[in-house]
This record gives sequence, C-alpha cells and structure tokens, in this order.
Amino acid sequence: MTDQQTYNYTVVRQFAIMTIVWGIVGMLVGVIIAAQLAWPVLNFDIPWLTFGRLRPLHTNAVIFAFGGSALFASSYYIVQHTCHVRLLSDKLAAFTFWGWQLIILSAAITLPLGITTSKEYAELEWPIDILITLVWVSYALVFFGTILKRRVPHIYVANWFFGAFIITVAILHIFNSAAVPVSMLKSYSVYAGVQDAMVQWWYGHNAVGFFLTAGFLGMMYYFVPKQAGRPVYSYRLSVVHFWALIFTYIWAGPHHLHYTALPDWAQSLGMVMSLILLAPSWGGMINGIMTLSGAWEKLRTDPVLRLLIVSISFYGMSTFEGPMMSIKTVNALSHYTDWTIGHVHSGALGWVALVSMGSLYYLIPRLFNRDLYSLKLVEVHFWTATIGIVLYIASMWVAGIMQGLMWRATNADGTLTYSFVESVQAMHPYFIVRFLGGAFFLFGALVMAWNIWKTIAGAKPAVGVIPAPAAAH
Amino acid sequence: MADFTSSFWNWYIIIPTVVGILACFWLIRWLSGDISPEDEGKEMDHVWDEDLVELNNPLPRWWLNLFYITLFFSIGYLVLYPGLGTFKGLLDWTSTGQYQREVDLADAKFGPLFKRYAEMDVVTVAADPDARRMGERMFVSYCATCHGSDARGARGFPNLRDNDWLYGGEPVTILQTILNGRSGVMPAWENALGGEQGVADMTEFVFSLSGRKADPDAVARGSEQFNMLCTSCHGVDGRGNQSLGAPNLTDNIWLHGGTRARVMESIARGRNGQMPPHREFLGEEKAHLLAAYVYSLQTGQADE
Repeated sequence: MTDQQTYNYTVVRQFAIMTIVWGIVGMLVGVIIAAQLAWPVLNFDIPWLTFGRLRPLHTNAVIFAFGGSALFASSYYIVQHTCHVRLLSDKLAAFTFWGWQLIILSAAITLPLGITTSKEYAELEWPIDILITLVWVSYALVFFGTILKRRVPHIYVANWFFGAFIITVAILHIFNSAAVPVSMLKSYSVYAGVQDAMVQWWYGHNAVGFFLTAGFLGMMYYFVPKQAGRPVYSYRLSVVHFWALIFTYIWAGPHHLHYTALPDWAQSLGMVMSLILLAPSWGGMINGIMTLSGAWEKLRTDPVLRLLIVSISFYGMSTFEGPMMSIKTVNALSHYTDWTIGHVHSGALGWVALVSMGSLYYLIPRLFNRDLYSLKLVEVHFWTATIGIVLYIASMWVAGIMQGLMWRATNADGTLTYSFVESVQAMHPYFIVRFLGGAFFLFGALVMAWNIWKTIAGAKPAVGVIPAPAAAH
Repeated sequence: MADFTSSFWNWYIIIPTVVGILACFWLIRWLSGDISPEDEGKEMDHVWDEDLVELNNPLPRWWLNLFYITLFFSIGYLVLYPGLGTFKGLLDWTSTGQYQREVDLADAKFGPLFKRYAEMDVVTVAADPDARRMGERMFVSYCATCHGSDARGARGFPNLRDNDWLYGGEPVTILQTILNGRSGVMPAWENALGGEQGVADMTEFVFSLSGRKADPDAVARGSEQFNMLCTSCHGVDGRGNQSLGAPNLTDNIWLHGGTRARVMESIARGRNGQMPPHREFLGEEKAHLLAAYVYSLQTGQADE
C-alpha cells in the first residue's frame, strides 16, 4: 500500500500524546500558583518560582502547549478524514510538530528566567516569535494544501472553523508581536501607550475567540457527531453562526479597556459587538447539543459523550457570561476582580479542556487500534473534573463580586470603607477553594493520563486506510 | 475630531460597523427563509468520512429572536452613545463627563464635612475623634502602601509613629510634606572617602554616634572624614538638619536599614527618598485631615 492510500497518523499521534503531557505540566503550574496566592510563603523567595514568573508559564503552557497541541492533533486528523486525502506534506507536518515543541521548551526556559515582552499571552521574546511565525505558516500550508487536494466537493464545517482559526491567529500574532529588538532577548513593542493597549487586547481577546473558541468548535463539529453517531443538527445554523462569530469576535477586544484612556467610541464598539456575539456563540452550542437529539440515552452510558456535552454546556455558560461582563455597568463592578479569572476558567477548564479530553478519548484508541483501557476511569475523570470546575468558578464568582463590592463601598463621609489589603485578606478562603478546584481538575487529568497509558502501552500504531468518498445521495 | 488625523478614519470606522451590523441582519434573514416542508429535518446532500452528515433543520425561533434583540439594542446604543466615529450620540455622553458628574456629586455631598475641618487648625482637628477616624480611613487608602497600615513604615519608608521626623513634626510641616512632597538626596560617597576602607571607617564612626559598638581606630579615622564631608548636612554633632531632611544619626533609627552592610551601602552609593506631592490628587481639605491624623500618631491620640 502506498503512502497516499493512508492517512498520516504519525503527526496526529505525536501531538495527541504531547497534549496530555503539556496539559499536566500546565495544570500543575496552575495549581502551584493558585497555592501561592493562598499561601504566599510558597514563593520561597526564589525569583524563578515566584507567582509573577510562573503565571505566564501557566497561561502559555495551557493555552499554547496543551490547547495548541490538541488543535494540531485534531485538525490534522479531521482535515484528512473529511477530505479523504493524506496531509499535503509529511515533512512539513513533522516540522510543525518539532518546531512547536521547541517553542514550548523555549517558553518553559525563558519565562521563569524573567525574559518577557510583558504582553499578556504574548510574553515570548522576538526570536521565539519568529519561530512561531515559521511554524504557523507551515501549519497553514499543510492545512490549506490538504483542503485544496480534497476528494470530496464540499468542505466540512469543522474545517471552516480550523481555517478561520489558522488565518486569524497568524494575523494577530504578527501584528501584536511587531517589535524593535535591542538585543537577542529584549525587544520593545512598536506601539506605544493606549494604542499598544488596544492592539494587545485586540490580540488577547481574539486569542480567546479564535484560538480557544473557533479552533475548538472545529473539534466539536467532528467529534460530537462521531461519538454520538448522529448527524449535525442544522447545516443552516452552522453557516449563520460561523460567519457571524468570526465577523463579530474580531471587534470585541476594547471591552478589556472599559473606562480607561481608550476613546469612548472604541469602548462602545467593543461593547455592542460583544453583545451581538452572544447569539452566534450560542449557535455553536445549539448545534453541538442538539446533535444528540434522538440519542439522549447515550449520555447515561457513554462518559466520553458526557464529557463532550458538558464541555458544550460550559461553552454556553461562558459565552453568556462574557457578553454580560462586557456591558459597561457590569464591567465597572467585575473589572480587575477575580470574577474575570473565574470567567476565563469556566471557558478554559469547562470548555477547552473538557472538549479536548473528550476528543482524545475518541482519538487515541483509533490511533493505536486499541479499545480504551477503562471506561470506569473516564467516569472518574468526568466527575473529578466537573467538581473541580464548579469549585473553581463558584469560588471566583463569590470572591470577585465581593472584591468589587468592597472596592466601591464608601462610608457616610465619602471615604472608602475597606483598604485594599482588607479585600485581599477577605479573598483568602476563596483562594483555598480555588486551589482545591484546580487540584481536583489536575487529579482528573492524571487519571486520564494513566488510562491512556494503559491503553497504548505495547500497542502498535494504527494504519488509517483512506476510504473512497461516499457518492452523493 | 480629536481622535482622528483626517475624516477618512471617521468613515473607516462608521462604514464597516454599519455594513457589518446590516450584514448580520441579511445573513439571518437569508438563512431563516422558508424551507419546504419535505426538506425540513432531512439530511443534506453531503457525506464525509463515511458517516458524517448534516440535517436541514431551521434556525430555532427563540435563538433568532435573541439575535434580533442584540442587533436592535446595538443600533439603539450606537444612536444614543458615542461609537460611530466622531458622532457623539444623541445623549452627548462621555466617560469623562460621567466621571466629572460623579465627582461633583460627591463633592457636593461630602464637601461641607471636609470644609468644616479644613477651617479648624490641625491640632484642633487631631483632637476630634470623628476627624481622626476619617483621616485614618484615608490613610489606609492613600498612604498605607508605603507607610504601612499601622503607619510604622518599612525599609526606605519612614515610620510615622516614632517621633523621629526627617523634615519636622510640626502640624504645618506635616501638611507641607503631604501637599508638596519631599525629595531626600544622600549623595554617593565611596570615591570621596577613598574606596571601601573609607566607607567602612565612616560606618564605624556613624555607629559610634548612636552608641553602637565600634572599632575605636576606625572611629578615629572616620571622625576626621565626617568633619570634612558630612557635617554640612548632618551637623557637627550628627543630629541632622530638618530643613534639609538630613537624618539624625544619633538616635539609632535607620530608615534604610541599620545592619553594617546596609549602612555601608547608604554611605557608598547614596540614597534617594521620594514622597510624592498630593496637592493635586487629594486637594488641600483632605490633606488637612490626613495631616491631623499623622500628627495625632505622635501625641498618642490616634490610639485612644
């Protein structure tokens, strides 16, 4: 059998395994910094281990190492399976894998050393940024090249979302990271002042919108109907919510800069576009959940499907919460509080991590020709992860709203009722609950790693033979 | 116009915004059009990966309504509030205007209270427990970051409870310090003292001033240098000079740390102290209450 009659599973397998590895690393760092917030002594007065340096390591590891590897693995698998062809180039695909791992490794070294551009979610210095650009362009070549040589007339909806994600992230990365280098490890942004803030949050919010939403919607559109064995609920809905989503998200950044030096008109546009974003976001949720109609009973018996469906529910929750928090009146309370942290984690743990984990439970047995070692352990993973998320976001809601109310409370004479440090003190119990939530979630991930390890240990890599495309009916 | 260099940018914002919102309307109108009854809920004519298919279901009604509501709300908002380029919105709202209104409201409500205290002298205000409580609340908001919530300071930030004043503890001096700020400058003396040995000798001498244990030979050497270089600010007896903010070196209170290493560093490299001015930020009336609170810290009234 020639190569062209089989799928390239090698690169998918590599990324799938690294998704689990980096997931555990990133979540572990998250649990450590959560503990540092509750018990600052855990900083140990060692600069490399302080919260300020480990926090960007946590965000980079979970977003780009864990989330990124999950996106590479699933998009490479899905684009081959829905185009009925092998990837455009095995060599280029291998370059994206090794290049991406090198980028992650450089991040893991430079960030604790304090080498940073100080732009949130874009902390990596310019030489690493250039490597990211090279890998990303290669990724685009492989992905779109594969689409171009597809053997089916229509492009499957999952690929629309992956395509939008790849193109937009390229643009965001290049514009936001534009900088003047002054040495090998130091550069200054080409933007200054409020323009820098605006470009940064245009990037930052669309890292959420395209990296963490559009990409993972692509994942959902393949693995949910596959695991449920049901057709996608509505083709029309997928068209509407795709175009509306990618149009609207790109405007939403200014809601991170309400009541700042950003001009009023930009703040207003950011707010209205964030509100319009609610329906397009929920379109994805409806299409995901309603794909189960006629197969609801499977939720009782299939923990993998349950992971996927609960992830979509958290997606719906966070995409309701987001537009609400972008309303200026709400934002005046929520901004700068830990409510924002809770919101992000309801999306990151509830949506991004769970949909990735559900997808991996589908994917890995097929990449190694083995049944999952234990569905019972998936069940355990599901419950510990869900309990962890609920502890995390509930404690941050309470803590954030309390914080916001304490900051604005005034006495009869107009002076502030609480000093800042009193609001920090009041957070302590919630910081502990959040740490526990994170620990639960990490424990679930370790259970998953064990389950996957037992599944693939000693297994031979599967060979994916490309089936003939179905004739139109 | 202030935000834009030309009217081009104005339209660059207005046109994509309006066209974008209209395109959303068009998109949902188009795809919520009628589906013939025989097609509804049937599979579409494409299959991927052997069994992936899509149904031809209509857009859910409640979801469409939600979409329309957000679109109409947005149009309304952009008519009333600034958003479309330089168009100010019918309400003429600005964030600076909102801020000013809230400040004016607060001033009207709380102003008389502050004014009443501002008309009394600082010592009288310090004797009033209500005033001290107001002062303390402002202190923990505005001053505690550096001076600590107990006003005992931190390394580099003066302790306000120890009756040791760099610039003087008279009510009027405290008020001046708060309103205008202070810059304390101790130059670097390492070169003038002839290097590390000179710095070490001077450190021994400074230790001896406050009665700390010191090597007599080094003290003698340091004493000569002190008389030449240091007395102009710290005084012949080392008791400092409040008009310059030069610390008293005889009281065993060490703003930048009293270990041998810290004192050597202060002498060798110098120190810069910054108390920022608060006149613009707080205004004179609030500063008056704060001065009274700080004054009350030394009289012990604050802890009554």
